[in-house]
Amino acid sequence: MIGGLFIYNHKGEVLISRVYRDDIGRNAVDAFRVNVIHARQQVRSPVTNIARTSFFHVKRSNIWLAAATRQNVNATMVFEFLYKMCDVMAAYFGKISEENVKNNFVLIYELLDEILDFGYPQNSETGALKTFITQQGIKSQSKEDQTQITSQVTGQIGWRREGIKYRRNELFLDVLESVNLLMSPQGQVLSSHVSGRVVMKSYLSGMPECKFGMNDKIVVDKQGKGSEDGGKSGKQSIAIDDCTFHQCVRLSKFDSERSISFIPPDGDYELMRYRTTKDIILPFRVIPLVREVGRTKLEVKVIIKSNFKASLLAQKIEVRIPTPLNTSGVQLICMKGKAKYKASENAIVWKVKRLAGMKESQVSAEIELLPTNDKKKWARPPISMNFEVPFAPSGLKVRYLKVFEPKLNYSDHDVIKWVRYIGRSGIYETRC
Amino acid sequence: MTDSKYFTTTKKGEIFELKAELNSDKKEKKKEAVKKVIASMTVGKDVSALFPDVVNCMQTDNLELKKLVYLYLMNYAKSQPDMAIMAVNTFVKDCEDPNPLIRALAVRTMGCIRVDKITEYLCEPLRKCLKDEDPYVRKTAAVCVAKLHDINAQLVEDQGFLDTLKDLISDSNPMVVANAVAALSEIAESHPNSNLLDLNPQTINKLLTALNECTEWGQIFILDCLANYTPRDDRESQSICERVTPRLSHANSAVVLSAVKVLMKFMEMLPKDLDYYGTLLKKLAPPLVTLLSAEPELQYVALRNINLIVQRRPEILKHEMKVFFVKYNDPIYVKLEKLDIMIRLASQANIAQVLAELKEYATEVDVDFVRKAVRAIGRCAIKVEQSAERCVSTLLDLIQTKVNYVVQEAIVVIKDIFRKYPNKYESVIATLCENLDSLDEPEARAAMIWIVGEYAERIDNADELLESFLEGFHDESTQVQLQLLTAIVKLFLKKPTETQELVQQVLSLATQDSDNPDLRDRGYIYWRLLSTDPVAAKEVVLAEKPLISEETDLIEPTLLEELICHIGTLASVYHKPPSAFVEGSRGVQHKRLPGSAGSGESVESPDAVSAAGVSEAPPAVIPSQGDLLGDLLNLDLTPPTTTGPPPPASSGMQMGAMDLLGGGLDSLLGGDLGGSPAMGAVFGAPPATMPASFNAPVSGGLDDLFDLGGGVGMPMGAYNAPKTVWLPAMKAKGLEISGTFVRRAGVIQMEMTLTNKAMSVMTDFAIQFNRNSFGLAPAGPMQVLTPLSPNQSIEVALPLSTVGPVMKMEPLNNLQVAVKNNIDVFYFSCQYPISMLFVEDGKMERQVFLATWKDIPNDNESQFQIKDCHLNSDAASNKLQGSNIFTIAKRTVEGQDMLYQSMKLTNGIWVLAELRVQAGNPNYTISLKCRAPEVSQCVFQNYESVLKN
Repeated sequence: MIGGLFIYNHKGEVLISRVYRDDIGRNAVDAFRVNVIHARQQVRSPVTNIARTSFFHVKRSNIWLAAATRQNVNATMVFEFLYKMCDVMAAYFGKISEENVKNNFVLIYELLDEILDFGYPQNSETGALKTFITQQGIKSQSKEDQTQITSQVTGQIGWRREGIKYRRNELFLDVLESVNLLMSPQGQVLSSHVSGRVVMKSYLSGMPECKFGMNDKIVVDKQGKGSEDGGKSGKQSIAIDDCTFHQCVRLSKFDSERSISFIPPDGDYELMRYRTTKDIILPFRVIPLVREVGRTKLEVKVIIKSNFKASLLAQKIEVRIPTPLNTSGVQLICMKGKAKYKASENAIVWKVKRLAGMKESQVSAEIELLPTNDKKKWARPPISMNFEVPFAPSGLKVRYLKVFEPKLNYSDHDVIKWVRYIGRSGIYETRC
Repeated sequence: MTDSKYFTTTKKGEIFELKAELNSDKKEKKKEAVKKVIASMTVGKDVSALFPDVVNCMQTDNLELKKLVYLYLMNYAKSQPDMAIMAVNTFVKDCEDPNPLIRALAVRTMGCIRVDKITEYLCEPLRKCLKDEDPYVRKTAAVCVAKLHDINAQLVEDQGFLDTLKDLISDSNPMVVANAVAALSEIAESHPNSNLLDLNPQTINKLLTALNECTEWGQIFILDCLANYTPRDDRESQSICERVTPRLSHANSAVVLSAVKVLMKFMEMLPKDLDYYGTLLKKLAPPLVTLLSAEPELQYVALRNINLIVQRRPEILKHEMKVFFVKYNDPIYVKLEKLDIMIRLASQANIAQVLAELKEYATEVDVDFVRKAVRAIGRCAIKVEQSAERCVSTLLDLIQTKVNYVVQEAIVVIKDIFRKYPNKYESVIATLCENLDSLDEPEARAAMIWIVGEYAERIDNADELLESFLEGFHDESTQVQLQLLTAIVKLFLKKPTETQELVQQVLSLATQDSDNPDLRDRGYIYWRLLSTDPVAAKEVVLAEKPLISEETDLIEPTLLEELICHIGTLASVYHKPPSAFVEGSRGVQHKRLPGSAGSGESVESPDAVSAAGVSEAPPAVIPSQGDLLGDLLNLDLTPPTTTGPPPPASSGMQMGAMDLLGGGLDSLLGGDLGGSPAMGAVFGAPPATMPASFNAPVSGGLDDLFDLGGGVGMPMGAYNAPKTVWLPAMKAKGLEISGTFVRRAGVIQMEMTLTNKAMSVMTDFAIQFNRNSFGLAPAGPMQVLTPLSPNQSIEVALPLSTVGPVMKMEPLNNLQVAVKNNIDVFYFSCQYPISMLFVEDGKMERQVFLATWKDIPNDNESQFQIKDCHLNSDAASNKLQGSNIFTIAKRTVEGQDMLYQSMKLTNGIWVLAELRVQAGNPNYTISLKCRAPEVSQCVFQNYESVLKN
């Protein structure tokens, strides 16, 4: 298991060092600094073996988090734990920066003592942790409180405490999707997929039982058989390649009935992630035209076409067109928005604030090149694009989200529910 | 809060000041001081001198302060054992505290203090805490047992903590169960032979129940523990799989990968024809693909694991090529791993796409990545023959870019392509030669020199080219020197007149002016060869080289199996067994997949066969020595039901899983002295044995004439023995049965002629077999529709299946049959040729053959002589192929043909054979290797009868 956990600043100075196992010595802290943080070349692997000690690291802004071990640990678990550790810290004191880590080092040690025992990850749900790791001392707690804390930390529903009360029961549900595309210069889709998340904010009293339904093809087809509009709803359903759930979701129930039922954590959480590859609505098509005029000039024209309902508006559109390293000057003409050549980034950045569906716009550029005798050809990185659209490119629709709390007297109808769809660009690239 | 100020105190006399503050009366000041101490400790300052002062602060009801003091104690107690004892009282007191959080804190911290004296005091509180009413305390105490075991294993055993820990597996709280499992697994790892984690169906059931309820981390502990269990049979295996599959939808990647590990392992035990097996395969792909949208570090771990999974079960991801396409912004470690998997998944179906991608990658910036992409193009050419031409032209395009490292890499892979497709793409040599000057890496130089030497006769200025390398001979690396030596000798043998001077020069450089023993030795060997017998030299140096195989970097099957058992862990990231990077007793145990585990033992113990399940190929032959007579008498002569064990799953891999050290064949690998050492890595050649006798008898003209009769050409049909009388009429009240066995289109048939030599009509025929070695049984009832009148004969063809009950017979191919008619029941026995059981897909991959041959211990090898056989090797090979004995490779050494053959029995046993045929010598030598050496004798007899008829 994890033998030690260290946090360093960008210079490699230790901010936190917690050793869990006898086989990890003090020198391990230095070994990682010398061999990884101060290493000359770029990091070639997130797992490094130095003198029989294995180090796992992740970076958050300027901060390095490293876990050390001398055993054959579950590597996936160690990385998952490091991410979780970041989440927990962020939930307690915001951004993970050198300043924040130093200011909260006592708290971090307290957390590390709680969520990792002898290198074994323990309950790391912030909801539960915040009930008893408060930096206030726990002297004042009554006996009932204590048992409540321990039963929550170890219990089956470790992510929610009992006795939560709200005057207004409210639910916010966001379907956040990022659509990824790799297209050939000829307009052929080389690969595309949507990775989506259902993110919720729930402010519900008691221990509510929730049921979430969407237009999952498997479910719709199953129900469609009985009802009359089977053919019609079949069109609107989507095929989900795979999905994963927050630990509150009953997986065995999903496996057998494909229904998503759960007792939600309080506040913010990510209910599920999913991935689809079929029938994706690609909100934009990018058409690049690159022409080399002699050795010192390049003509580039990029057309973007929006491909969704004309009544909808895409926002924050940004097209990034890479330019050769020996670019000396760029002349730009664009129909809409603003285009700029950024020499430091070796790219032309074209920004359009808003664009309605079924429209088209273009930018054209003349790029002057310095003559070089560099034999190596320009690698022609792909043109990438960023945007935000108010629909789910996968076609996912929320069908229902039901709330039952038999013990308290509020019903599903009393809960105020908000649903929002946001589609963003993931890695949306067109080769040129 | 501005706790960061504690990090900045660098005054002199700091320790002294801190001491004063620690002893201050003011609580706040004390706390501040302890914080300062901890901060100093963190940055690596030695603050152990403050030990007594800090420990004095321990007795406080401020929990934050208490935790800080505990942290200090854990760090320094070991260096101050005597003073640490001062803390014991507080610990013991805290373990009795009414607040469960404090009880747990005390027992947790105490376990981290590695001082013997403290450990003694720990036992009593720990015992209480293990039985505490609060689950939070129990789950902490469970881990504490593992801590204590790490300090003093004996103590833990003496105090009976292990039993208490085992009891916790039945605890009502899932987190307690999970921690107990984690602790037990760790303790069990350091006692490989103890039966500590006594996994039986009951405990497994408890674990599976807890799996649904505990935290994500607890699920990982439980799944990792489950992976060590070996189910009793395929049904148990399936039911566990069914309960584990929902975990594949967990948000935590570690839960997913650990579940994949359990499934990959238990799947080995499922029969392949089971519907559920196919369902499971389909369920595995989506979660694996989803892992690729996780954070890059996790993607890396996932890709390293997918690399293993793809090697073991390529079918899972064969349609998912696109998801492995490299994204421009992927970290380099992700890019390199994706590339690896792309090559593994490349097939004729997707090769066009893959090549287009690889060409794209070859223009990127990162040198390592570009090189790997170029190398990948070469590997595609070798793997998918149809694409070879396109790959070569892509490589030529890349060479035209003149980017130095691209050119060098391309030349290295083109050399491999020449090895795979000799005499096909030589037209590109001219282009390669143009780039001779730009090569500065040893591997590329060596490759180019090899090409020049190998095709010296087609390159007009080969001598000039090689001479140009010779100038700086001593500055070259060994690899290049060796290659240059060999290439010049080749050149000399091809164009002796013009290059005598050159060869003299290189030989003297290698033998007289070099300090490298390898180079000197090779130089001397060539020198002597050339001076004593130029013809022999030609045969050695210019010998035909075996073709290289497709997959050159497959993980050795035994290691692969072990790594599959370690999916998700560091071992699977490093692609090394844990013993390679873990010290001490931990991880030394080698894990194996259930299907192939311990097949050696099972042969003796009949119970083990049924326990170890059906996928275990080799031992299926021989269960118990039953009561023959009893069985025959109990025949009820109803058509047989096919409820016997389902046919064993068979894959080539299962065989190649045994002992790494078994074969002594490594040394015999690729005996071509002329080849380069650089080539060694890609030899997929079958093993070569030096001919036993050099003075083979000169072949007579007559033999040659006979050879013509044997004929070369299409493989002939199987040899089928003529019918013999099995049941004479005298013994069976007038019924005579003669028969033979044939195998047609994969179906074994028993062809019989029934003759009625009695005076009355015979009716109501039925047939039944006794249990036999290979489970032969009638696939349906015997069809004798009309009554058999006196002096009448009838031909009956009875199709047989191999799923009947199994029992070892002596001899192995003996079959006891009972035939009934309206008169009586008659018994007879006959022997079937073992080739009836050779299945049509018995052709092994060359690579697998080689690995398997090495893997089977030498004790299992048996050698036979086949006398007076007058076929040449090709004819023999054709003839044998008719009986499903497949020739995998052929080598010719000193006029002796070596045929490497494989055959597979219906129960999944592989038999490997090496047949040596010396032209003109009518005696063949055959060596057979098999996991079940009992079959060798039968197989040999079969060879003899096939070859001689």
